[in-house]
Amino acid sequence: MKRKITFILNGSEVSIETDPALRAVDVLRQDLGLTGTKEGCGEGECGACSVLVDDTVKLSCLMTAAQLEGKKIVTIEGIARRQELHPVQQSFIEYGAVQCGFCTPGMVIAAVGLLTANPAPTREEVRDAIGGNICRCTGYQKIVDAVEDAARKMREGHSGG
Amino acid sequence: MGRVYLPATLETVFEILSREPSARLFAGGTDLLVRSSAVRRNEGSLVCLERVEGLSGISESDGAVRIGACTTHGELMAGGLITERFPILREAVRHIGAPAVRNMGTIGGNICTASPAGDSLPALYVLDAEVELHSAKGQRRMPLGRFISGPGLTALEPGEVLAAVWIDKDQGFNFHHFEKVGQRKAMAISVASMAFAAHLDGAGSVVRARCALGSVAPKVFTSQALDAFFAGKPLNEETLGAAAALVREGVSPISDVRASEEYRRTVAGNLLMRLEGARAAVR
Ligand SMILES: Cc1cc2nc3c(=O)[nH]c(=O)nc-3n(C[C@H](O)[C@H](O)[C@H](O)COP(=O)(O)OP(=O)(O)OC[C@H]3O[C@@H](n4cnc5c(N)ncnc54)[C@H](O)[C@@H]3O)c2cc1C
Ligand code: FES
Ligand code: FES
Repeated sequence: MKRKITFILNGSEVSIETDPALRAVDVLRQDLGLTGTKEGCGEGECGACSVLVDDTVKLSCLMTAAQLEGKKIVTIEGIARRQELHPVQQSFIEYGAVQCGFCTPGMVIAAVGLLTANPAPTREEVRDAIGGNICRCTGYQKIVDAVEDAARKMREGHSGG
Repeated sequence: MGRVYLPATLETVFEILSREPSARLFAGGTDLLVRSSAVRRNEGSLVCLERVEGLSGISESDGAVRIGACTTHGELMAGGLITERFPILREAVRHIGAPAVRNMGTIGGNICTASPAGDSLPALYVLDAEVELHSAKGQRRMPLGRFISGPGLTALEPGEVLAAVWIDKDQGFNFHHFEKVGQRKAMAISVASMAFAAHLDGAGSVVRARCALGSVAPKVFTSQALDAFFAGKPLNEETLGAAAALVREGVSPISDVRASEEYRRTVAGNLLMRLEGARAAVR
């Protein structure tokens, strides 16, 4: 029982014919081939599937495809500005906040969501913002450092890297 | 394959439910979609309430605040009215999951799930919240304490939707404390939680107090005897020790993967003892 679903994906309107009962993460990864968004747990516990829905961080494993209708969705593929990395991405590289990389898309989305709402977060607020994102590799400190650095860069007006 | 409806009005919701009584409602999906595997998701239709008019947002009328059932925990935390009038509710929902879960999960979903561990519930009991229920037949209101009757059990009838929560604006409390004990800080389902609010006089004695505990009984634990016990007493070690004993006697916790019955009983009492420090911190 497919249905047409139209939404803004990473800045461009897309229309797809899909089963509205699918999970948003499956539509993004399988129907649209955007495999940057990861599925870790499928239960809301790990944050790997985070995307921005109207600038708010949500979990695409707990969303149905139907709920994409009319929304502005940003996945990790839409975070960089053309060829220029987003300051959060740049800082993740500089601070060694990426090891295996599985958690990185979700971490970056969580960080961008935080910095959009709160450009000058405290370290505690950064920790809280990534509190639902599990990383098995880094021990989190470098990720928190990177987000703090990105906040600084963005406040100082760097558009990117 | 199941359908997913995205209705814009309650009338449409009622039409769908009368046509397909087995269709399941959801708001944020952070309880329902977790529990339904991919297979189960396709068994019957789903009705998503997120875009239904009148179910979201916070408004004020007649000395009371109306919180739409589909208001997310994140929206509640950002709402100035809640921070100003019901800081204990803000504090409670701040302890739910992590930001993304709070951006999806709703107060209505927390209430309808009726888990003994639902973090908004003790605060809503302390604030004497009422629920507003709508169906094709009309609407009714009842106290939250009557709406929830046990774990996962509510007075919601087939075809009925929780539309909003009402809380009186003037609570008259000048001290409040919420505390949750979990296995870790982020994302932890509570082992025990407590919401406490009181009106203290100039000397620090309780004029009126309300106390509610989560995860230590099949539904939120409240006790008129406990609330009355505080009256006229300061929140010192002696008062709290006696209150803790009342709580340990009164609660009926379960043992599960997160904690044993005995541990929960002990923690429930210990939460009361924390009020002395909380009181000292704001003095
Ligand atoms: C990773 C994770 C961590 C969590 N941590 C916590 C936590 O710390 N504390 C806590 O309390 N909870 C926690 N939860 C549970 C959940 O997020 C909350 O209970 C949330 O408030 C549920 O709201 P929802 O809108 O997502 O519910 P949904 O899943 O949409 O719905 C839940 C139930 O309520 C019914 N329902 C929802 N809205 C209505 C309505 N308006 N009218 C009638 N019926 C309705 C649905 O039919 C369903 O049965 C967590 C969940 C996840 C996935
Ligand atoms: S895959 Fe969505 S939170 Fe883990
Ligand atoms: S870098 Fe490997 S999970 Fe975070």
